[in-house]
Order: sequence, then structure tokens, then C-alpha cells
Amino acid sequence: MTAILDTAEARDIIGRSLWRDNPIFRQVLGICSTLAVTNLVANTMVMCSALVFATAASSATIAALRNYTPRKIRMMVETMIIASYVILVDQLLKGYWPEMSRNLGPYVGLIITNCIIMGRAEAFANSNPVVPSFLDGLFSGLGYSFVLLTIAVIREPMGMGTLMGIPLPLFSNPELWDKWIIMVMPPGAFFTLAGVIWLYRSFGLMRGEKTA
Amino acid sequence: MSEITSALIICFSAIFTGNILLTLFLGMCPFIAISREIKTAFGMGLAVIFVLTSTCIIDFLVYRYLLVPYDLEMLRFIVFIIVIAAFVQFVEMVLDRYSPTLYQALGIFLPLITVNCAILGASLFMVVRDYTLIQTVGWGFGAGLGWMLAIVSMAGLRSRLNAARVPKALQGPGITLIIAGIMALAFVGFTGVLAGR
Repeated sequence: MTAILDTAEARDIIGRSLWRDNPIFRQVLGICSTLAVTNLVANTMVMCSALVFATAASSATIAALRNYTPRKIRMMVETMIIASYVILVDQLLKGYWPEMSRNLGPYVGLIITNCIIMGRAEAFANSNPVVPSFLDGLFSGLGYSFVLLTIAVIREPMGMGTLMGIPLPLFSNPELWDKWIIMVMPPGAFFTLAGVIWLYRSFGLMRGEKTA
Repeated sequence: MSEITSALIICFSAIFTGNILLTLFLGMCPFIAISREIKTAFGMGLAVIFVLTSTCIIDFLVYRYLLVPYDLEMLRFIVFIIVIAAFVQFVEMVLDRYSPTLYQALGIFLPLITVNCAILGASLFMVVRDYTLIQTVGWGFGAGLGWMLAIVSMAGLRSRLNAARVPKALQGPGITLIIAGIMALAFVGFTGVLAGR
């Protein structure tokens, strides 16, 4: 590993993808397909694993083929590569976890049009070697998943009183906590994401960074 | 209930109760990125209505008469993406050749549409919900119109934001998402209209 990639570069990729240039915080990209499933933590985790796998695998593949892809049809080739990995994930879920596959519905397929994957492919993978591209895809996916899991962890307890389907002491007690149904409905997703972005940017402002 | 009636109901619910943007979260990226001006939002909306309705119908035909008979449903992701990309390219060429004015108005939005998840999403929902051809027409048109309604109203609301004092860290996408949440609340209110169904 160290032979093809020194640790400083790896550390830089990881830090950048997870926090400094986190795709959701920075550009609010790629929330389309995944925001919809953040009302349950379990669904979010499966969806995020699928996304991390697809991003890392397609980044690596695109990087491996980058010298053989004609520039004119680059986008089409990239889309095909991404779509193949998404089909793989979709078939695996259908075969081994049909219940989850039904819950997620068409959103698994929508990973294809998730801007993150295409964004990483265009910005990084098609001009860098395989290993850094793989890391870049992996940690961009993880940075993205981290934000979505945060949202899910806020939404599920407040709206349903459970976490991963297990009732929580405070939130599931009707005398202490009146369930906020709105949190598991679509508006809750918008409000929670807005709140999380607000917090992140406030941290940035405190440290004197410029907002985008 | 006749098929036309059910198609009309599907169309209505795609615009209001099940708005593709505010309840299904499809097409969020352009919604946040290009909802600054009403005029641009309107152009994008028109392009989405047209492309979404047409690709839904083409995808329906391809799925029903090509993929299902050969047991190739699992290839639908790739096939739908190719159909969308090819269709957009085709429309671009036709517009460029025969209607330069329309091309200038919609031209910049068309390439963006290929990666708009609302288009692929609508086709995938069409498959999952098992619509017939007439219902697909209603669904595609309603979904596109609903998307346009949401992005145009958002652009209208955002133009008012210039005069508002928004906390610094909330400016831009943050406040847009909060407005979207309030709009989603309003659209959820339409649910009662179809409750008797």
C-alpha cells in the first residue's frame, strides 16, 4: 500500500472527503436518492452501505480504465460502470434480503443518478491512479453516509420513539414524549438536514472559514 | 373506475399529494442549485415536463415489450438510463435544427436533465407501481408538472429572501431546505383530498 500511496496523501484524501469537503455540507449534492429513506436508521444503513460500495467500486474501475476511455463518450462509460455496480447491489438485496429490497423500492436504482458518484468520477477518478481513487470514493461515500446517519438517528427516535426498531426509554414513553409524527414524514427530512447544515456551517464560521 | 379516471387521479396526486420533489425527494440537486430565478426555474420546469412524460412512455414500452418478455427486468436501470440519455440528445439535435429560439430557451437545461434523478426516478416508480400505459401518461405528466410547480414556487419565495435577514450560517442551501420543508408541509395538507379513494 505504502509503495503506491504515501500516508500523507492518504490522510489528506480521508480528511478532505470526510469533513472539509464533505459533499453534503459543502455543495448539498446527492441528497436526492438517499434522503428519502432516512426515516428509519436500519434502511439508511443499508442504503448507505450500498452507496459506499458503489462509489468506491466505480471510482476504482473508472480510474483503472481512465487511459482507455475516449474523452467524448466518457460520461456514458462512467454511467454504465456505475449502473453495473448498482444492479449488482440491487440483485444481491433482492436475493438475500427481499424485505429490505421492498422497503427501499426504487431508491436503490436511483443511486445511479446520485451526483456524488458522478461528481467523484469527474473530479478525481478520471485523472488519478486506482488506489487513491478507491480511497477517495470510499471516504466520500462514508462522509456522505455519516451525515445521512446523523439525520436518521435524529428522525427515527423523535418520530417513532425507536432506534433501529428498538424502543428508546425516553422517546417511547407517551407521558414524557409526544411523538413528532412530522419527523418521519417528508418535511422532517428537510428540516433536519437544514439544521445539520446550519450546525456545520456555524462551526466553520467560528473557525473563520468562508461559507460557500 | 375507468382507466382514464384513474389516470387523472394519478396525475392529480402526482402534482399535489405525492409531489415528486417534496414527498419523494427526486430531483433535489437542480431544485437547490437553480431555483434562484423564476425565469430559469420555469425553463427547467418545462424541459422536465417534456422529457419526463416522453421518457416515461418510452420506458414503459421498452420495459413491457422488450425486457419483460425476455426476462431481463434486472437490466432496467441501464436500459432506462440509455433511453433517457439518447432521448435528451435526440431532442437537443431536433431543437437545434428546427427551432433555434426554443433551443436557446431550453438548450442549457437539456444536458442537465440526463442526470436529474427525477427522470429516472419517475420511470422506476412507474415500474414499481405497475401502471398501465394510460396511467403512465398521467403519472409522467403529473410528476413533471408537480416538479415544475415546486421549483417555480421555490424560486418565487427565494427572490423575496434578498430582503430577509437570514443567519449567516443558514444562507444558501440551509434556508432553501427549510423553505422546502414548509412547502412540503403544505403539500402534505392535500392528502385529505384523496383520502376517500
